[in-house]
Parts: sequence; C-alpha cells; structure tokens
Amino acid sequence: MADPTGPLLRIAAPISFWGGVDPVTGRVIEERHPNFGAVLAGTILCLPGARGSSSGSSVLAEILRIGKGPRALVLAEPDGVLAVGALIARELYGVDCPVVYAAVPDLPDGTPVRLVDGRIAAV
Amino acid sequence: GAETLLEISRAHIDGCLWHGQVNVDLAQRFVELGGRVRVPTTLNVGILDLLHPDRVRGEARLIEGGRELARLHRELGCRETWTCAPYLLPDPPRLGEQIAWGESNAIVYANSVLGARTERYGDFTDLCAAICGRALAVGLHTDAGRRARLLVELPPLPEGEELVFPLVGYALGRIAGSTVACLSGLPTATNDDLRTLGAGAASSGPVALFHVLGRTPEATTLADAFGDSEPERVVQLTLDDLRAARDALGGIAGGAVAGVSVGTPHASLAECERLCALLSAGGPARVPFYLSTGRDTAAALTARGLAATLDESGVTIVTDTCTYLAPTIVDTGRAGTWLTTSAKWAAYAPANLGVRPGLASLAECVASARSGTLERGAGWLDG
Repeated sequence: MADPTGPLLRIAAPISFWGGVDPVTGRVIEERHPNFGAVLAGTILCLPGARGSSSGSSVLAEILRIGKGPRALVLAEPDGVLAVGALIARELYGVDCPVVYAAVPDLPDGTPVRLVDGRIAAV
Repeated sequence: GAETLLEISRAHIDGCLWHGQVNVDLAQRFVELGGRVRVPTTLNVGILDLLHPDRVRGEARLIEGGRELARLHRELGCRETWTCAPYLLPDPPRLGEQIAWGESNAIVYANSVLGARTERYGDFTDLCAAICGRALAVGLHTDAGRRARLLVELPPLPEGEELVFPLVGYALGRIAGSTVACLSGLPTATNDDLRTLGAGAASSGPVALFHVLGRTPEATTLADAFGDSEPERVVQLTLDDLRAARDALGGIAGGAVAGVSVGTPHASLAECERLCALLSAGGPARVPFYLSTGRDTAAALTARGLAATLDESGVTIVTDTCTYLAPTIVDTGRAGTWLTTSAKWAAYAPANLGVRPGLASLAECVASARSGTLERGAGWLDG
C-alpha cells in the first residue's frame, strides 16, 4: 500500500462524527465547531480527540465508502469508535484509511503531507 | 490489552440504526456468511417508526435502508424490540451479569443502576459480540475497571426536583469523561431519575458507569465504590456548573413554545402514567406533543386505556425510534422553543433537527403545551 498523502487538516476541538459530520457530503456540520464547513475528503485528518456517539463508526465508514472520507486519521489519543469505522471500510469496500497516534507538526492547514511509518512528513 | 475473552449472556445492538448504505452492507455480509446471534439479542431504536409508517416523511433511501436493516437483523436472529431502554423489558440484566450492550444510555444504566457489566459497544462491535457470544475481558467487565477514581461532591440540592437529574448528569459528563465517578450528596432518586442522569452524562461525555454513594449497587460505602483506594481526584460540583449545563441545553428559553418532546430515552410505564395524570388535570395540548416509548410500553398503554387518554390530550406516541433521529416526525418548521425533560434530547436535537431546545420538568412541559408559552415552575436554580 502506498503511503497516504493529502492536505493536512487539523481539527481544533473534539468532534462527534455522528451529528458532527454529514454522511452524504463529508463536511463538518456542527455549527458551533471551529471547523464548521470543513471538507474532510482526501485530507490527512488530525483529531485532538473524539467524543459522542459510537455511531461515529458508521459515519466514518459511510464517507469512506462514497469517497468523501479522509486519506488517514492522526489521533491524539486512542479512539475505538473511529478505528472500527476505518476497519469496516477496508473490510467491506477495500478503502484504506490508516489510523495512527502521532504528533502533529506545526504546519498550516492545506500543507501537502505524507504519512510515513506512522508519522506525518512534509511532501 | 485483553488477555482473555469472556462469555456474555446477552447483547443489545445499536448498529440497526441506518446512517447509510454501510450499515446495510455489513449486516448483509454477516447474513451471507451464515451469521446468527448466539445470545439473546435486542435491537436499539432504528430510523423508522415501524408501527406507524404513515408518520415517516423521510427520503426514499432512508426508508428503504431502515426496512432492509430490520429484515437483516431479523435474519440474524435479533429480537425486534426497537428500544433504547432495553433495561425496561422483562428479565433485565442482573448484578454482575456480563453483557455486551450498545446505546450510550443503556450502557450507563446497565452498569450503574443494575450493576451488570458492559463496555461501550457500538455500531459493528455490538453485532460481532452477539455473533461470537463473547467479549474482551477488559475495562468495565472487570472489578478493577469498575472502581471509582473520581469523587464528585454535590452542593445542597432540593428533594423532589426532577431537573436536578438531567442537569447533574450533563455536568458529570463534562467533568468525568470516561473516568468512573462516584457522586455523593445526590437527592433521593428513582431508577427513572438515575437513567435521566445517566443519559445526560452519556450525551456530554463518554460516561459508561457512575456510582451514587449509598444508592447504586456497587457503592454502598465509599470503600465499596473506590475499592479501598483513595479517590484520585475530588471535585466539588457547584450550582454554577448546573447553571452552565442549563445554558448549554438551551438556557431559560422564554416566549413561544413550538412543541414538546419527551421520552428520550424511551419513557417507562411509570413516566407515561405520570404524564397521563398531568394531562387529565386540564385541557389538551395546543402545540405538537410527542412521547417516545418502546413498543412494549406502548402496548401496555393501549391495554390500560391510557393510549386513548394521550391521544385525546393531543399527544402523539412515537415507537421504535426517537424524535431527534431524523426530521421524519417532528414538525421542525414551527417558531419557538421545543421543550423536553431530557438533557440528551436537548443535546442532540439542535444539530439533528435544527430546533432550539429548552429543558423543563414534565409538569412545566404539560402546562406550557396548554398555554403555548413557557410556563416555569421551580426556580431552585436561580434562588
């Protein structure tokens, strides 16, 4: 499998994928969230933490199914809900979205990056 | 880091709720592989009110998806309970029983009030556990994982004020997160009060177990709750924390009332009877009034003649789903505040339905539904 690459997107506050991300468009739809409106598709998505419903697995798997999901998830702390969502998308649809715990470099959103050996590297 | 698996005696599936084609595809995969649940398995709410199909106004793919998920879970051997309150069904889990439950309010109730043992299962993992009849022997399945580490001391709170419970719950979720907490100083609480508290806590944070000193089964004493260890942290919860919770859930919304939605989680028979008693004491609701409950409870209401009382009072009974799940039931176009007794409904309805919520007691909900404007009774939080 090739190393996933894409623009960096750093989510500024914990988010619930269920209720917080639109399963049809893959956008952040929680109005009070600092990243309201952000498009997750194709990004290397960095999350400070998840919260809320376990239905987040379904929403992540669904946006991966329709090609509106991130290329990889970089988490600040372990999150079973998102890991399961990514596993299901690979199992059912062969869509890869690695989930890693790693430090996030201080780069602006949109910077092209690559995930190499579980770490974020500039392209 | 689980070293072993353990046998579970039952499962409750949250993954039967349609979020997209992925839910159908996964259930279909298990059916094709000859999957069948190995333990008694109940189903959480779905996206449809299967008993009242005329009320569903959703788009076609949602309706087809909901029906397909129902069919597939039937084939997998699940019981079509369609309720988020499986602990209200006959033969609830017992103290120490190992189970695998999805649905956050059901998880926290089973762990905290019944003393059964479940981790936080959810979409996909719940069905896997049901098919295997096993779960990883970690976390809340173990003695060590169930011990309280955080002591939350409550301020003096009034007895008999039902809004104490959703507000303490919502504040607890923010304070405790996934850390097991023990509350001390909680006013006298019914099991319905504790589930309101737990549902609120599980909507503001990943709370799966809390203890209440002198009230819940694993917290007879502090030594019981903390396993002879000292609390790692002690937090004094204040009235300001409860006011902040109220503000986060819609604040003191004045003015017009758009409607009322109660029964999140699904109302118990006792709650329905209390609602009927309040409604019998005056005229009918002037605004839409929804009561969500399980199909078993709805049948009991019909058998007791209470469904007719509710209907005459302008209450719509919703089964098998929740009013906040999709804009299929609630008339979201109405101006004003949607009142609810539930911190959970108030937490999720704004994003899901685009409505403005307000937290009120059941009596306040009924009075406000009659007048069409917010009628507030208790002012204990502002006094």
